[in-house]
Amino acid sequence: MDFERGIREADETDLRTDELVINMGPQHPSTHGVLRLVLRTDGEVVSEIVPHIGYLHRSAEKIGENLSPRQFLPYSDRLDYLAAMNMNLGWALTVEKLLGMEVSEKCRHLRTIVCELDRISSHLVAAGCYGLDLGSFTPFTWTFREREKILNLFEAICGARLTYSYITVGGVTADAPPGWLKQVEEFLDEFTPVIDELHAVLTSNSIFIQRTAGVGVLSPEKAVDYGCSGPVLRGSGVGWDMRRDGEPIYARMYEGYKFEVIASVNGSYPQDEKYPPVPVEAIVGDSWHRFYVRMLEVVQSMKIVRQAIEKYSQCGGDVGKPIALKMKLPKGESYLETEAPKGQMGFMIIGDGTPVPWRVRIRSSSFCHASVIPELCRGLLIADVPAIVGSLDVVLGEIDR
Amino acid sequence: MIVQAIFDRLSGPFSSLMTGLNVEALDPWIEIKAEGLPEIARFLRDEPDLAFNYLHCITAVDYFEPDAKKAAAAEWQPHVELIYHLSSMTHRHRLVLKTKLPRWRNDIAGQLPEVPSVSSVWSTAEWHEREVYDLMGVIFTGNNDLRRILCPEDWVGHPLRKDYVMPEEYHGIRAR
Repeated sequence: MDFERGIREADETDLRTDELVINMGPQHPSTHGVLRLVLRTDGEVVSEIVPHIGYLHRSAEKIGENLSPRQFLPYSDRLDYLAAMNMNLGWALTVEKLLGMEVSEKCRHLRTIVCELDRISSHLVAAGCYGLDLGSFTPFTWTFREREKILNLFEAICGARLTYSYITVGGVTADAPPGWLKQVEEFLDEFTPVIDELHAVLTSNSIFIQRTAGVGVLSPEKAVDYGCSGPVLRGSGVGWDMRRDGEPIYARMYEGYKFEVIASVNGSYPQDEKYPPVPVEAIVGDSWHRFYVRMLEVVQSMKIVRQAIEKYSQCGGDVGKPIALKMKLPKGESYLETEAPKGQMGFMIIGDGTPVPWRVRIRSSSFCHASVIPELCRGLLIADVPAIVGSLDVVLGEIDR
Repeated sequence: MIVQAIFDRLSGPFSSLMTGLNVEALDPWIEIKAEGLPEIARFLRDEPDLAFNYLHCITAVDYFEPDAKKAAAAEWQPHVELIYHLSSMTHRHRLVLKTKLPRWRNDIAGQLPEVPSVSSVWSTAEWHEREVYDLMGVIFTGNNDLRRILCPEDWVGHPLRKDYVMPEEYHGIRAR
């Protein structure tokens, strides 16, 4: 009937498309796990985006109420499974804070070595997968090749390649095997030139810059308001790092170390090494800056590892041993945030005089980062959504707990 | 600023809302009445000498002992406690803010307790309050998007409550 008339009447000024609701995820390669995003789109423009989480919810907090802290340690591995060492550290330090316990200096330096290696490995995954999100496959293979070497080092020290349970309440499970430190140094030497290669294919690549610079700008005020932390917060130009600004029990691990907190100050970064320049299109707080901060942090972590190896080698004594499985917890509450690769990871434990805590709370940085996705994606193109979600580097194991 | 000083600072304008202070705890805390939460939160954020611009986390703890024998020995009356971890990036000080709620509104089982939302003060609270609602069953009045976040929308009960019983099945899937 009116079909032909409809075509006649629809002149170019009246070409309107209906709003379309698109479901992205939970099984979508560029949502980094089981994040589900519901996009309300008008043509290519995203007018609204609603994240749905919980597909990986495993009741970690409830499980914590039924296990002693040492039994809970393997569950902490499975929060941010790309940086399990840092998760172990957060849990171990929180319980140590409750117990009023302090580990030996040697143990502290060993913990620093493995945590910073894991930070490098996590940032490598972030960088590689980010390239993959934007259609560049090569850096993914390079970063995973390098990560493999770190996993081999971890396998040598604790036997596991993903879920380590290595840093434990009271120390670490075993001292580094003979020759391990030398292997770490060899890895660092081999890895140094790779960073420049990654800068060549990603950071300073013009397609990469066009896809990320000026996309998803998170202002410093918004970043703080939403509780962002880690590279996301520092990418917005807020120099805040728990390794420097955290509570003494954690910051002591980095006392006497020389490293920079990477955050742009008036649009420029500390230039202690030669890095690619900031492109003119980039705005502080955009996806490019978040990526850049991660890349520069890798260099800082390498510096810390080198210093830690030196300090560790000069220390005598032992590296501590795990507390008794059914050790009674004192009454009290202890909350501690540590600087995990993705951001500030907080644990809380409430002891009630029995070996099993009354309550365990896990505060995840990715949880806060996922909550800014609607804010960042509003009004941008559909193709920008993976570019923004990838730059936030969320891990769903940590969001859903 | 240390917690004692913050307490004194708050006691001026909000003396009737302050209910407790513990400076000996590992993380020193201040306890306030639930109805004063948004006002005090705004004050803590906006006063230049306090400037608590960063909300780390909202935690809810259920103080309830299903076992009658153990409950008799407990030092507390059953209640739900909300814990807010705050810090100021400018002054580098930290604060733990607590408030107590009844487990059920008007002590009628099934009626969830209510507390005013602080999501207009810190946006972090939006999702954290959703999580507390989902897992602990506390209603935050003023949070415009108070839906379940980790559990499915049609889930029954609030799993982190101490008297929660896991359902036998969920949509034909055996749950225990």
